[in-house]
Amino acid sequence: MGQNIKIKRGMDIKLEGAPSLDIHQANSPATFAVKPTDFKGLVPKMHVKQGDKVKAGDCLFADKKNDKICFTAPVSGEIAEVVRGDRRAILAVKILADSETAYKSFNTSGFVDKSREEVVELLLASGLWPFIVQRPYGLLADPSIAPKAIHVSGFDSAPLAADLSISLKGQEANLKTGFEILKKLTEGKVHLNVHATKDSSIYNSLEGVEKTIFSGPHPSGLVGVQINKIDPINKGDVVWTIKPQHVAFIGKFFETGNLDLEQTIVVAGSEIRKPAYYATRLGASVSELLMDNVSNDNVRVISGNVLTGTKIAQDGYLGYYDNQISVIPEGDHFEMLGWLLPSYPRPTLSSTFPLFKFFKKTFKVNTNPHGENRAYVVTGQYEKVMPMNIMPQQLIKSVMAKDLELMENLGIYEVIEEDMALCEFVCTSKIDVQRVLSEGLELMAEES
Amino acid sequence: MKFLRDQVDKLKPTFSEGGKLSFLHSTFDALETFLFVPNHTTKSGGHIRDGIDLKRTMFLVVIALLPALLFGMWNLGFQFHRATGLEASLLENFWYGLLQTLPIIVVSYGVGLGIEMAFAQFKGHPVNEGFLVTGLLIPMVMPADIPLWMVGLATAFAVIIGKEVFGGTGMNLLNPALTARMFLYIGYTPEMSGDECWVPIADGIATVDGYSGATTLGNVGVASANGTPWSDSLLSWGTSAMDSILGTIPGSIAETSVVAILIGAIILIATGIGSWKIMLSTVLGALFMGGVLNLAGGNAWYDMPAHYHLIIGGFMFGTVFMTTDPVSAAQTERGKWIYGFFIGLLTVLIRVFNPGYPEGIMMAILLMNVFAPLIDYSVVQSNIKMRLKRVKA
Repeated sequence: MGQNIKIKRGMDIKLEGAPSLDIHQANSPATFAVKPTDFKGLVPKMHVKQGDKVKAGDCLFADKKNDKICFTAPVSGEIAEVVRGDRRAILAVKILADSETAYKSFNTSGFVDKSREEVVELLLASGLWPFIVQRPYGLLADPSIAPKAIHVSGFDSAPLAADLSISLKGQEANLKTGFEILKKLTEGKVHLNVHATKDSSIYNSLEGVEKTIFSGPHPSGLVGVQINKIDPINKGDVVWTIKPQHVAFIGKFFETGNLDLEQTIVVAGSEIRKPAYYATRLGASVSELLMDNVSNDNVRVISGNVLTGTKIAQDGYLGYYDNQISVIPEGDHFEMLGWLLPSYPRPTLSSTFPLFKFFKKTFKVNTNPHGENRAYVVTGQYEKVMPMNIMPQQLIKSVMAKDLELMENLGIYEVIEEDMALCEFVCTSKIDVQRVLSEGLELMAEES
Repeated sequence: MKFLRDQVDKLKPTFSEGGKLSFLHSTFDALETFLFVPNHTTKSGGHIRDGIDLKRTMFLVVIALLPALLFGMWNLGFQFHRATGLEASLLENFWYGLLQTLPIIVVSYGVGLGIEMAFAQFKGHPVNEGFLVTGLLIPMVMPADIPLWMVGLATAFAVIIGKEVFGGTGMNLLNPALTARMFLYIGYTPEMSGDECWVPIADGIATVDGYSGATTLGNVGVASANGTPWSDSLLSWGTSAMDSILGTIPGSIAETSVVAILIGAIILIATGIGSWKIMLSTVLGALFMGGVLNLAGGNAWYDMPAHYHLIIGGFMFGTVFMTTDPVSAAQTERGKWIYGFFIGLLTVLIRVFNPGYPEGIMMAILLMNVFAPLIDYSVVQSNIKMRLKRVKA
């Protein structure tokens, strides 16, 4: 086993509605969707139009900048709608699913002996490529680049996150194949990072990967934090990251030749009646999962976790990278003198709420920001939840000032939005840290 | 709550854009959000946020200030009755001090909040809570005998020149409350220093034999100039070191009691709002410099034991409530250590080597406020260098 790394700065936000260990089979929804908005900076080039028939694995649209990167249909069926928004930007491609999924078949036999180029071609054509995220800036991986290393975080420490040892149970063989494929993609190391107190037996059969054991609270499960501790990104470096569930997709694809994106996700949160694991498929409409499962109407449905997820409608679609749906109450109500005498418990890092901070176990959290946006006043706060060797407040200020050189010097290429989500959570001045950082990352990506 | 909310909703259109009183929009908004945390929800990024906000933060600082303020009020009465030899009960002492202090507080808040709200309205941003603290700090560091118009003038100066010209709360370089005090100290020195200003005694009221309103700082300064050696008799008239700790000595309204200020310090540190790093390093800086001077020896100032620096003058008040202002202090964690240490060190240096200024902490803090960005800059540079070094390695 590799080295042990202890994360001290951070916090676990414990929320009500944690999933039970049951895995339910969700009813297959009528529609599925792939949303170009899930991919940062993507301008899609459409390959299909409304009414077209597709098989699982057929290309729906490609990246305009590199049309080899395909985004494919997760199911077979008919293109029901191409949803467009402002200035005709494509928001989603909806597919009316067949009752039986028909797969486009890919020739993956003998993958063990395939070269890097052949493997890349298959990943690109099958639509699995976008699961690989490239740092710096969290973009789609560039197939022409050989990354310094590939990092996989073997656990998720976010609030209400899936325990991967449950959601990936039975996928051990696929994981093994998937990691074999990853090893072909880099001449550097493939890192797998696990947590000291979380079950990581699903990874036991892996060979040739560099295992590192982390301990401590969230954000210990964020791959950005792990990279910073193991082998930090320097200026000019490129590393790739991918989540274990997506490694399993890759493994299954090479084993079978079919793009089978079945996955087990978590549906959780205080407003969910039966918080549990549900077996479903990538891109599924969440309507079936939430039907008769949400306890009131005024809720926020989030694809992903409460810190970094995306707000979706109750009949919206699971995001491309997400394996979790969180449902929490909206906080759109006034609270009299709430800043002084809070009328209900709320999660906090601040010792000004000793009862909540030290005695309350789990919280029913809502979307009220509990205060208004202000200029920076308090200091030393972000540092308490930022385990990376980075000066968080100075970095955010440099982005606000659009000082590209300073941003780079302060290591903006080491972080993506999720790495600073906890900073945003604890911020007394209610600064939209992730939005600001996102602007900075975009600026940097344009420049480079 | 429902009733109150309905009333606010009824009034709201009058103060909103297009309403009759729309020029008071910012003021209304400040009061509304004071009464009710708004019904907003998160729009971008994370969906949930911590319960803490700036209102709560600032309010807790006000709470931490209260022990020192209440003690200061009582002490004013106590000092008056001690000077005049009159008997008075605890309540009478407090009442006397309350009457002296309240007008100063009212003027400070009135002028400061008035200007803040006008600026907020003019610039179209919400009123920031920072002045809740500044507005109380200003009276607390004034001598009780200060004319009210001076308080008003100094507050206006501090808010406009000290803060708003830099862009408002969060952007200021100097601690606004100390800016106000410095303004008066330089512009109206007689009213801000000497032996008379600390305990207001109206003309015609006799004081007891031997009475002097001089502070310890003043006494030691005179002794050093005259070549009188250090002894406990240089402490303020008729007091002991224990009085200096308890605070039953003349001084600015709320600066005298080490005990009351330490209660505030405990509140600030326990809630995580005040930086213990800055407080501790300031104390260490003063002890270090005081210790070095003790070793050198020479006059009364040199020989005064280093720990006496902590209990006389405004040292404790400045250390707990002024150095820890997060906006004007160093903002990096390592920078905070350096910043505090130099404040303590400079305070002692100014006290001992500058006969023109009996108290050093105000100058020391303002000076280090100016240097804080430089300290932060060097800390940030070291982070940058670490990153560059990694590339080469």
